[in-house]
Amino acid sequence: MEQNFVYELIGNNWIGILIICTLPLLFVLPFAIVAILGEMKIASFIQERLGPMRTGPWGILQPFAEILKLLQKEDITPAAADKTLFNMAPFLMFIGAYAAFAVIPFSSVFIPSGINVGLFFIFAVGSFAILGIVMGGWASNNKYSLLGAMRSVAQIISYEVPAGVALLTIAALAGTLDMQELIHAQSGWFWNWFLFGGAGSWMQVLVMPFTVALFLIYLTAALAETNRTPFDIPEGESEIVAGYHTEYSGMKFAMFFMSEYANMFVVSALIAILFFGGWNSPFGDFLNGPLWQSFWFISKSMFFVFFQIWLRWTLPRLRVDQLMYVGWKVLLPMSFVCFLVISFWSMLR
Amino acid sequence: MNNTKNTEAERLNFMEKLYLPEIAKGLGLTMKYMFKPKFTRQYPEERFEPTGSYRGRPVLVDTTGGERCVACGLCSRVCPALAIEVQASETEREKERYPVKFEINMLRCIFCGFCEEVCPEEAIVMSKEYDIVFTSQEEAILGKEDLLVPEEQLQDRLEYLAEYK
Repeated sequence: MEQNFVYELIGNNWIGILIICTLPLLFVLPFAIVAILGEMKIASFIQERLGPMRTGPWGILQPFAEILKLLQKEDITPAAADKTLFNMAPFLMFIGAYAAFAVIPFSSVFIPSGINVGLFFIFAVGSFAILGIVMGGWASNNKYSLLGAMRSVAQIISYEVPAGVALLTIAALAGTLDMQELIHAQSGWFWNWFLFGGAGSWMQVLVMPFTVALFLIYLTAALAETNRTPFDIPEGESEIVAGYHTEYSGMKFAMFFMSEYANMFVVSALIAILFFGGWNSPFGDFLNGPLWQSFWFISKSMFFVFFQIWLRWTLPRLRVDQLMYVGWKVLLPMSFVCFLVISFWSMLR
Repeated sequence: MNNTKNTEAERLNFMEKLYLPEIAKGLGLTMKYMFKPKFTRQYPEERFEPTGSYRGRPVLVDTTGGERCVACGLCSRVCPALAIEVQASETEREKERYPVKFEINMLRCIFCGFCEEVCPEEAIVMSKEYDIVFTSQEEAILGKEDLLVPEEQLQDRLEYLAEYK
């Protein structure tokens, strides 16, 4: 099956490859702008405020102003910092976030790289973010940065285990690690989504409690991996200033910021792919052309981005010991139970 | 662990220990607030209009026959921040004392309203003005010409004083 419309149009040459490499970037940049505005507006609406109102109608130009401000800021490198690592960290983190886009299928005819271990790849490059965080925290030569980085390592390593088991379970249910095949397995009406037990007979309802539990496990773990509230203890302002990016300013801070938003989209997209049918239309063949597919995919992912922002302004931050408790004593055993049940189900089916 | 002393009613029940229903409730609450009318006032366009009880910038009441002030100096004496300076003089008119100099240093004024309270002539009152801006320290010292405000503009405050003072 042809996986990429760009290759069809231009052919498999270096121009085609270059276009495919840039296309997700053309998505990430506007997405970051929309997400920044969304964050501000949703935060203020939940708090009965109006939020930014002066830049453009209803303040929609505010993110551009923010970016302009960040560009103009002085790019400070602390005298005692390890210059190489300090300057490398934000870019490394962004590389990790951006690399994940290589296997995110925006539609049935567009996936930048249709490798057959997409799920594994996304999980592997997802761990890149932590390298950037540790590097930045260590190289800043600042106790708060180091504390933030340490907390972040503890958090991400703990939550990668249940997240990994959740991905593994879905892979067991679908019998594949290929992103496109995962989505093809969920084609048809919305009850074929893995959230509702996947395609097949009515018997699939039996595994539905476990897939819903898996969805909740993965959602929680994904929040922890993107350092979003209620798991934002690596950057808890009230405790450790700004965590690992305390010493960063200007463009390098913007890179950290953007990779956080890109990561947010990656986990949301992954939730959409794994549990909500990816680019499939919820209504069978209705509005299921290649362009509509990217519409469905982006709306599903954006809903989870919205959900993350919404959750941020609802829940308070967890304590470090509570974080470890939830990760190791609640999510991990639950994910193992789900894995066992669904693996047996897949074997017997 | 002090929480063993909790009464039965204070302990979390099973549904509360699951946390998920409680989180859902919280999300519902924040979603409800998202659609509520907003509290923000867009300041320069939408201004807050105070009632008579509001203590804004202190001003001198300007009646048709000139200011009411008789330069007794009580306001200056009662002012806890020492913001008021009065110099008296005499005229040929029926009310022969008047202030030849009346200055309020707005950098010192704390809007306590004692001057208004102590004034026997109801000559100095608190107005509704709250957006008071200066570009230099000299400008912040208001002379008599800056302080005099026609009586008609101060009706709300004068009525309030007549009722409650």
